Amino acid sequence: MPLLKVVDLKKYFPVQRSFLERLLSRKIDYVKAVDGVSFEAEKGEVFSIAGESGCGKTTTGRLIVRLIDPTGGKIFFNGIDITSLSGEELRKLRKRMQIIFQNPYASLNPRMKIGENVGHPLEIHGIAYGREKEKLVMEMLEKVGLQPASKFYNAYPHELSGGQRQRVAVARAMILKPDFIVADEPISMIDVSLRARILELMIQLKEELDLTYLFITHDLAVAKYISDKIAIMYLGKIVEMGEKEVIFSDPKHPYTNALLSAVPVPDPNVKRKRIMLKGEVPSPINPPSGCRFHTRCPLATDICRREEPKLVKIDDNHFVACHMVK
Amino acid sequence: MISDLLRIEGLRVYYYTRDGVVMAVDNVDLFMKKGETIGLVGESGSGKSTLGRAILRLVPPPGRIISGKIVFDGLNLTELSEEEMRKIRGKRISMVFQDPMTSLDPLMKIGDHIVETIMAHETLTREEAEEKAIKLLEQVGIRSERFMDYPHQFSGGMRQRVGIALALALNPDLVIADEPTSSLDVIVQFQILDLMKELKNLYGMGMILITHDISIIPGIADKVALMYAGQLVEFADAKSFFNEPLHPYGKALLESIPNIQHSDQKLKYIPGNPPDLINPPKGCRFSPRCPYATEKCREEEPPTIMVGHHRLVKCFQY
Repeated sequence: MPLLKVVDLKKYFPVQRSFLERLLSRKIDYVKAVDGVSFEAEKGEVFSIAGESGCGKTTTGRLIVRLIDPTGGKIFFNGIDITSLSGEELRKLRKRMQIIFQNPYASLNPRMKIGENVGHPLEIHGIAYGREKEKLVMEMLEKVGLQPASKFYNAYPHELSGGQRQRVAVARAMILKPDFIVADEPISMIDVSLRARILELMIQLKEELDLTYLFITHDLAVAKYISDKIAIMYLGKIVEMGEKEVIFSDPKHPYTNALLSAVPVPDPNVKRKRIMLKGEVPSPINPPSGCRFHTRCPLATDICRREEPKLVKIDDNHFVACHMVK
Repeated sequence: MISDLLRIEGLRVYYYTRDGVVMAVDNVDLFMKKGETIGLVGESGSGKSTLGRAILRLVPPPGRIISGKIVFDGLNLTELSEEEMRKIRGKRISMVFQDPMTSLDPLMKIGDHIVETIMAHETLTREEAEEKAIKLLEQVGIRSERFMDYPHQFSGGMRQRVGIALALALNPDLVIADEPTSSLDVIVQFQILDLMKELKNLYGMGMILITHDISIIPGIADKVALMYAGQLVEFADAKSFFNEPLHPYGKALLESIPNIQHSDQKLKYIPGNPPDLINPPKGCRFSPRCPYATEKCREEEPPTIMVGHHRLVKCFQY
C-alpha cells in the first residue's frame, strides 16, 4: 500500500471580479490550478513534482497537507481517505504530515524565539511542555546543525541567516516525528552556497527518521539529485511521471524534453540537444483544448487539438500523457 | 591597455547604514575589452549588483563610491558631473533589470518607452523614432501590433524582451544586465539568453551579465568574474574557470551545484555562512569557510595574483 495516494485531484480557484462585473454577469471564471492529478508515493520515497511557475505544483502540495480544500478528487494517506477530514481528526493528521515552505523569512513567527517556533507544535499536540519540550527542541536543533543549540534556542529569527532559518523550518517540521513531509521549494530562496547543505540535511534526516518526501521544485537539476520518482506538471496536469533514471535518460513527452534541454549546465564542454519552445505557458483560466501543450508542441497534430491525452503506462513505472507516444 | 572598454581600479562602494558601514564593494579591479561579455557571479550580498550600479553611478543612498576609478573608453566616470553622466547612461552604457515590470512605467505604452528613450538622446523626428522602435521590438521578437500595449499586458518573458530592446535602443557600447533571467522560468530563461547572445553578435556591444546562477554562464560569457563578500576573488576566461577554478570558493561553489548532466553526483557543501559586510572576517574573507585556510589566511588579506595569462586570483595558494 502506498503511503500517499492521490486520485484525480482538482483545485479550481474562482477569479476575483469587480462589483460591476458581478452585477452584469453570472459567469465565474476559474483558474484550474490543479486539474485531475493522480499519483502514488511509497513509504521512504522522495517523490518530486517539477514544473514551471503556474503549473500547479505548489497547489498540489498544499492540497495534500489539507491547507486548502480540493474542488474534486481524493487523497489517501496510509490507506485512509483524508480528503474531508476536519477538526480534531485533521489535527491528528497534521502530526504525521508536515510542510516546509519556500520562504524562511515569512514562515517563522518573528516574535517567537527559535526554541518557541520549533517547540510550538509539541504544545499544540500536547506532546511535551516546559523542560521536556526544551529538551526535545534542543535535540532537534542539534540534529539540523544549529549548534550550539542553547544559543539558537534563545535567538529570534531576524538574527539568523536564510540558511539557518530554513534549518529552523526543517526542525519545526520534524519535531513531531511525522511520516510524511511536503517540501515546497525548500532551497530556492537560500544563498547558493548554502543550498547543498540543506539538501544533504534533508536526505540525512529522511534516512534517520524514516521519512517520505513530496519535494516540489522548479529546478530539475535539484529534482534529479534528490528524487526517486518524479512527475512533470504542465498547466495543472501531470504530463510525464516515473522513476528518476527513466525520466532523465529517456524522457518521452515533448514538454519534458524541452524542459530538460533548457536547464543550464555549469560546464562549457557539454554539448546538448537544444529544443527551443516558442512563447510562454498559456493562461490556466482558459487552457488550450485537447492536449494543453499542443499550442507550443513541435509534434502536435489534429488529435492533439481535439482530444485530451490520458496519462498512460508505457513501461513499468513510466507514465506519459501524449498522443504521439506509443 | 588603451583598447580596454572598461577599466575599474581599486573601486570601493560603501553603504552608510545605521548599523555601521557595509563594505559592499571593497577594492575591486576589473577590466574588459570591447565586445567582451563578462559573467559577474556571486551570492546575494556579494556586491555584484552594487558594482554594476556603480559603473552607471546609480548606487542608491546611503551608498557612496568612496574611492577608485571607473574608466570607460578613456573617461573616468567617477569624475564626471551628473550632467555629463546622464549623457552616458542609456546612450553609451545601458542596463537591463531583473524585473522590467518595476522598471517600466505602467501608464506608458511599450512603444512610447522606446521612442522617448531614443528622442532623449538623438535628434530624430517622432516618426523616425517610431520606425526605429518598431524595428527594435521586432528584433527582440515582439510583433509591431503590440507597440500600443501597456506593460501589464505582457508576460514576464515578453517584458524582459522590452527591457532588452530599451537597453539596445541607442546602440550602447556596454550593457549591464542585472539578473536578467532570475525571475523567469527555465524555458523562458533559455529563450532570453539565446536572444541576448544573438543580439550581442548583431550589435557587438560589451556586456556584464550579473547573476547568482553560475550555471547560465557557459555559452554566453567570455570571462567569469567571481565575487565573494565585496571582493573579486577570481577573474578568468570562462572555459578555464569551469575546467579548473583556482579560488577555493569557486571550486567549492561548482561542487555544490546539482548538475543535470551527472547521474551519480555527490554534492559537496560549503560550511558556514556568508560573512557580515559590516564586520568582515580578518584576513581573507573566505578563510572561515575555506578548507585550505592557514594561519596566514586568517591574519592577512591575500593579494590578487596573476596566474598564467590574464587570470587573476585572490588567494595565498598561488
